[in-house]
Amino acid sequence: MSDLLFFTEVTLAGLGAGALLSLTALAFVLIYKATRVINLAVGEIVMLGAYLFFAFAAGLGLPAWVAIVLSIAGGGLVGAILERGLIRPMLGENPISVFMVTIGIGSVVVGLVELLWGTEPRALPAFLGNQPIFLGEAYVSRKIAIAFLVSAVVIAGFVLLFRFWRGGVALRATASDQAAAYSCGINVPGVFSVAWIIGCATAAGAGILLGSIGGISPAMGVFGLSALVVVIVGGLDSIAGALIGGLLIGVFEAWAGTYLGGEYKIVTTFGILIAMLMIRPYGLFGTTEIERL
Amino acid sequence: MLIGTAKHSYRADEALLTTSPQRLWMAILLIALALAPLALDNYWLYLACLVSINVASATGLNILTGFTGLVSIGQAAFMAVGAYTVAVLEARTGLPFLVNLVVGGAVAACVGLVVGLPSLRVKGLYLAIATIAASFILHFVFVNWQSVTNGNSGINVTPASLFGVELTDYVHLYYVFVPITALMVLGAANLFRTRIGRAFIAIRDRDISAEVLGISLLRYKLLSFAVSSFYAGVAGGMWAYFFRVVTPESFPFIYSIFFLAAIIVGGMGTILGGVVGAVFMTLVPELLRFAVEWLTTIFPNAVTALSPIRTIVFGALIIGFLIAEPKGLAEIIQRIRRFFHLWPFRK
Amino acid sequence: MSAPVSLKPHRGAATQAEAARKGAPSGAAASLEVEGVSLSFGGVKALRDVSFSVAPGSITALIGPNGAGKTSMFNCISGFYKPQQGTIRYNGEDITRMHPPHRARIGFARTFQNIALFRGMTVLDNIKLGRHAHLKTNILDAFAYWGRAAREEMELRRDVEERIIDFLEINHIRNMPVAALSYGLQKRVELARALAMHPRILLLDEPVAGMNREETEDMARFILDVKEEWGTTILMVEHDMGMVMDISDHVVVLNFGEVIASGLPHEVQGNAQVAEAYLGAGEPAAIKEKIHKRASVA
Repeated sequence: MSDLLFFTEVTLAGLGAGALLSLTALAFVLIYKATRVINLAVGEIVMLGAYLFFAFAAGLGLPAWVAIVLSIAGGGLVGAILERGLIRPMLGENPISVFMVTIGIGSVVVGLVELLWGTEPRALPAFLGNQPIFLGEAYVSRKIAIAFLVSAVVIAGFVLLFRFWRGGVALRATASDQAAAYSCGINVPGVFSVAWIIGCATAAGAGILLGSIGGISPAMGVFGLSALVVVIVGGLDSIAGALIGGLLIGVFEAWAGTYLGGEYKIVTTFGILIAMLMIRPYGLFGTTEIERL
Repeated sequence: MLIGTAKHSYRADEALLTTSPQRLWMAILLIALALAPLALDNYWLYLACLVSINVASATGLNILTGFTGLVSIGQAAFMAVGAYTVAVLEARTGLPFLVNLVVGGAVAACVGLVVGLPSLRVKGLYLAIATIAASFILHFVFVNWQSVTNGNSGINVTPASLFGVELTDYVHLYYVFVPITALMVLGAANLFRTRIGRAFIAIRDRDISAEVLGISLLRYKLLSFAVSSFYAGVAGGMWAYFFRVVTPESFPFIYSIFFLAAIIVGGMGTILGGVVGAVFMTLVPELLRFAVEWLTTIFPNAVTALSPIRTIVFGALIIGFLIAEPKGLAEIIQRIRRFFHLWPFRK
Repeated sequence: MSAPVSLKPHRGAATQAEAARKGAPSGAAASLEVEGVSLSFGGVKALRDVSFSVAPGSITALIGPNGAGKTSMFNCISGFYKPQQGTIRYNGEDITRMHPPHRARIGFARTFQNIALFRGMTVLDNIKLGRHAHLKTNILDAFAYWGRAAREEMELRRDVEERIIDFLEINHIRNMPVAALSYGLQKRVELARALAMHPRILLLDEPVAGMNREETEDMARFILDVKEEWGTTILMVEHDMGMVMDISDHVVVLNFGEVIASGLPHEVQGNAQVAEAYLGAGEPAAIKEKIHKRASVA
């Protein structure tokens, strides 16, 4: 096999993984844009989504599509509960405190999953098939290709929703000025709830895809850290940033993992992050915060 | 305000403990700490040493995060730097262990300076994430810098020795660690009686105004990182002498979150808070163990649930304190104090 | 909107200025010259070729309608903004690009328009903080709190207590957290903190904004005392024309980022351009009449 072909295959795999990162990053961005909360528990919601699917599909033996719908709805429900019960009481608090609450949430979710399903890794029931796909001569794993397509469709859907749906406009208004949006009659607490529901549902969906590619374990929440890097690189409040940042990080991780060795993956990711923070602290597409005296 | 506490000199008014009940309680505490090993069995001495290490590190993090307002989720990584330094020095030089501890702290402080550099450009969450990144990069270094760190197998540490006595028993370690930690806590308390501590707090409250008032942000943010990492480094050094083996997995990422949780639960921005929080958060998992062991009399396989329950309680404590008592245990202690000032004259 | 130019009789501002010029203790007070300073944010020109000077030991007021660039000018002088053009000289030395902490060391102090006290500290600590740049305690001293650190802190405490807290009459609040104080007292603590810096030039950004009459008079008295007892040069931005006319020796008027008038208070008051800036265009005589009427009613 030629080097170039191999390189193409690695890059394509990276793009596939990157699409999943983009999808998870989207959950971050959605919640951040509407509520100014960095939800570090997104990684754990991803993990929870995968376990819900496992419970519905393997535990109860439901058909895959029912299990998918139920797990995504479950993710949304968890989002609604978290927002209403734990995040809203923190409204107006120091953002760092809210951030720490989400770390606490992450820990609780991990503990609950370990309590219910144990710590050992498991495989999800296969529902995506296994026959490889060829793009020209390049081999692409079927699961990764599907993950890429699904992510692309969902992200495109979000972009349209944000632009044209009334709720999307309300969300953008809330993002730019909470107090002003509130006084214009926008139901800001409602927007908060919706953002958390959609964000967590998206994360749960990403979890199903991620779990079906690599299996599930309570530790798979660290994927959230990579997604966090994506949003920093792309810009915390930018959907385009999540999209492009995800693909970039996915590809770089694939290259580093293949050509340097698996242990270089996470260093590459965090190296990019540090470089980004030093050069362009607010990301590729993020809004610069202006200092005032 | 308290009455009957008039002072005749500025020095008396600026003292750390200003009332006689405060001095009495402190004396009682010190005597209790000195005599504790007589009453404690080996298991509790082990815990006391661990508490001491965690108090030192949490106090350091409190200086950076609680007082200077720079959130770091990398305290465990700085501890690791201190621990590795001590392990390498112990293996390759014949320096006394106190020197090793100080050098461990100093090396950690230098690493802290580098990690603190992004704080000059970004703050808040961005900085927190930069410290996450730094701790993963340090972990990578520990795994891959084979010639120094011996990779994944780690380094064994020979016991420290003082006046010819090998410090292997927990009693010995207790009498070394507790005074070191006490000195570190005292140093931190003193720090906030001087211009340096005031500068830290000013940066936390309004950094830009602080600069106009003559505080160099560059110098003091980095200084805060250095001091905090020094504390972590010394604590890490003690950790190395305590567990006597240092590997890349000795200081996992969750340990950094543990310290952040400790100062949240204890109370950010108060010296008391860092201490109380570290004690509390170290002891809670042990209390849970007793609870679960008791549960096994009813549910025989409750033991398997211990680890998940600890994880859940850990998260729940963070959430609960942030929502219900953001000023932490230190504030609860103050409230109890106020209550007894007026007791029994108030219902 | 800002208060209209009041024509209340001022008490001998000109003679005060003279006295200050003659009697200012040499070395203590400082002079400031602003020369051709321009500052823009993107396309917005906040300051255009602004020049004025502040005589040693005087009180100079910088006035103008909202958005005229007063605070921008202040931020240039205290080093928070760097002007694109022009120079700012302090006792003849070019300080345009000097780092803010360095300015504090050579004798600059300022208060802020929106109170910038440190909420996590007591009044006493806030004031002590002002002395920061002049102290020498290093990190090792601080840990030990022995020798130099303890000595320096005691000297500082005495200085703050006897020279500032007594002077500004804030003894009763020294141990209170600043967040618990009234607005007027917070402003006073800010002044105390600035005084703790041992300033040779004091920049006051709206020292009496939002205060009632009594608080305003107290503050005016403190400002005059600072000038007279310590010979500190004072530059202030203020909207309260009564107070500006009462206590300042020299007035500089900014409008749309340009100096449109400067001089003694009564000269500025009579200036047609100034009246126009505040009240809009019109027949100067008629406007003057109107103001007179309003003043006599009040």
